[in-house]
Amino acid sequence: MSRLHESDTLVIGGGVVGMALAYGLARAGERVQLLDEGDDAYRAARGNFGLVWVQGKGLGRPAYARWTLGAAAAWPAFAAELAERTGVDVELSQIGGLTMCLGEEELAARADQLRRLREELGVAYPFEVLDPGRLRQLIPQTGPAVAGAVMCPLDGHTSPLRLLRALVQAYEDLGGRLTAGARVEALEFRERGFEVHAGEKVYSAAKLVLAAGLGNRELAPRVGLSAPVQPNRGQILVTERLQPFLKHPTLYVRQTGEGVVQIGDSKEDVGLDDSTTLAQLSRIADRAAKCFPLLAAVNIVRTWGALRVMSPDGFPIYQASASCPGAFVVTCHSGITLAPQHAGALVDWIRGGDEPVEIRGFKAERFDVQTH
Amino acid sequence: MFRRIEGQAPRRAVSLAIEGSDVQAREGDTLAVALLQAGVDHFRETPVSGAPRAPLCLMGVCFDCLVEVDGVANVQACMVTVRDGMQVRLQHGARHAEAAT
Repeated sequence: MSRLHESDTLVIGGGVVGMALAYGLARAGERVQLLDEGDDAYRAARGNFGLVWVQGKGLGRPAYARWTLGAAAAWPAFAAELAERTGVDVELSQIGGLTMCLGEEELAARADQLRRLREELGVAYPFEVLDPGRLRQLIPQTGPAVAGAVMCPLDGHTSPLRLLRALVQAYEDLGGRLTAGARVEALEFRERGFEVHAGEKVYSAAKLVLAAGLGNRELAPRVGLSAPVQPNRGQILVTERLQPFLKHPTLYVRQTGEGVVQIGDSKEDVGLDDSTTLAQLSRIADRAAKCFPLLAAVNIVRTWGALRVMSPDGFPIYQASASCPGAFVVTCHSGITLAPQHAGALVDWIRGGDEPVEIRGFKAERFDVQTH
Repeated sequence: MFRRIEGQAPRRAVSLAIEGSDVQAREGDTLAVALLQAGVDHFRETPVSGAPRAPLCLMGVCFDCLVEVDGVANVQACMVTVRDGMQVRLQHGARHAEAAT
């Protein structure tokens, strides 16, 4: 590694994607400097739901399904490693996740989707369709309006906030430097590396990793990359703490280790607006109360909106710059699920190793307009 | 531990039950005040660590005075006034939610 710079790698973005990468780089022995924007930044990492989710992901894109399967399989060791390094329990539980379906049609469509995925993949892709009787055996609190559920034993959940905290702590323990409140003002490629101006300071490194979420859209073109990502809003409600009643995560309702029930979500194209709306919150609450009638009488203590970082097809962009060697862009929607891949296989690639086969198709060129 | 400020105009007595024992309060008292006056020095234990809690703010902000009132858990004792016949139970851990039948 070059000693011309104070760091080997600069990581832009301190969300769960940037932190997983920075942690992985520091773990591999690199000198890493991470720059994080101010608290007024849009932060998917601090507003998300916390699922470690496999079921349904990657239909039509088997490579993404394989990348996700690899992540889910790596999660137990990843969580154990973070706990050992930091003492932070990220509350990982992978005992199987459910998609509760309110109508027969919804259930049939969901099951069909997973059958097609299984065929496409040609690998073990376990899931089970639970009829109302089986579902109530598993979760007695299920409401009468539920037609059934699809359960995938590979799915789980974690505390996204504990995960972020564990990554920060593990990174800093390894000597990684984290500068908060440092919004990138200028970004330049020089012959021997990169120079970044942020918060009245100048940082330089041989490599640059852009993991700035929605900020990547503007930053990537400055180093010969492209990240045409758009915000997509999700709204979430959380309840007061309750005695445990729901061990399994479901796609829209999960109970946290502290007893809070987290309820999602919406998918809204509303630009850079992370506020909440009564219309969406009541729709979300109504659906949750149909799935679990006991929630109808429970107090909601907080609601929020957060912005997903979505590429045009919803899949990640992992790309090395051709014109500015050493620059990488990383963006995805599933920063929690994919965290072990980002800290592991992706870091190995950024450090000069082989590019993982699963991600070779995730280049921004796929969004270019085709001409004839 | 707590005593009333002297010289206040008398108010009607209200009877409520705390953990099954009859307690006299005064009309207009919040439940939190009635509990403190009755010598209850901790109202609940937290769901996560089990640490004892008593009211801190007495104005609806801190949520440390949660008790069960007439079978409904997680009621802020500082935000309700006493009523005759009110059945109050102290909370141990998180609320147990059940579907209405």
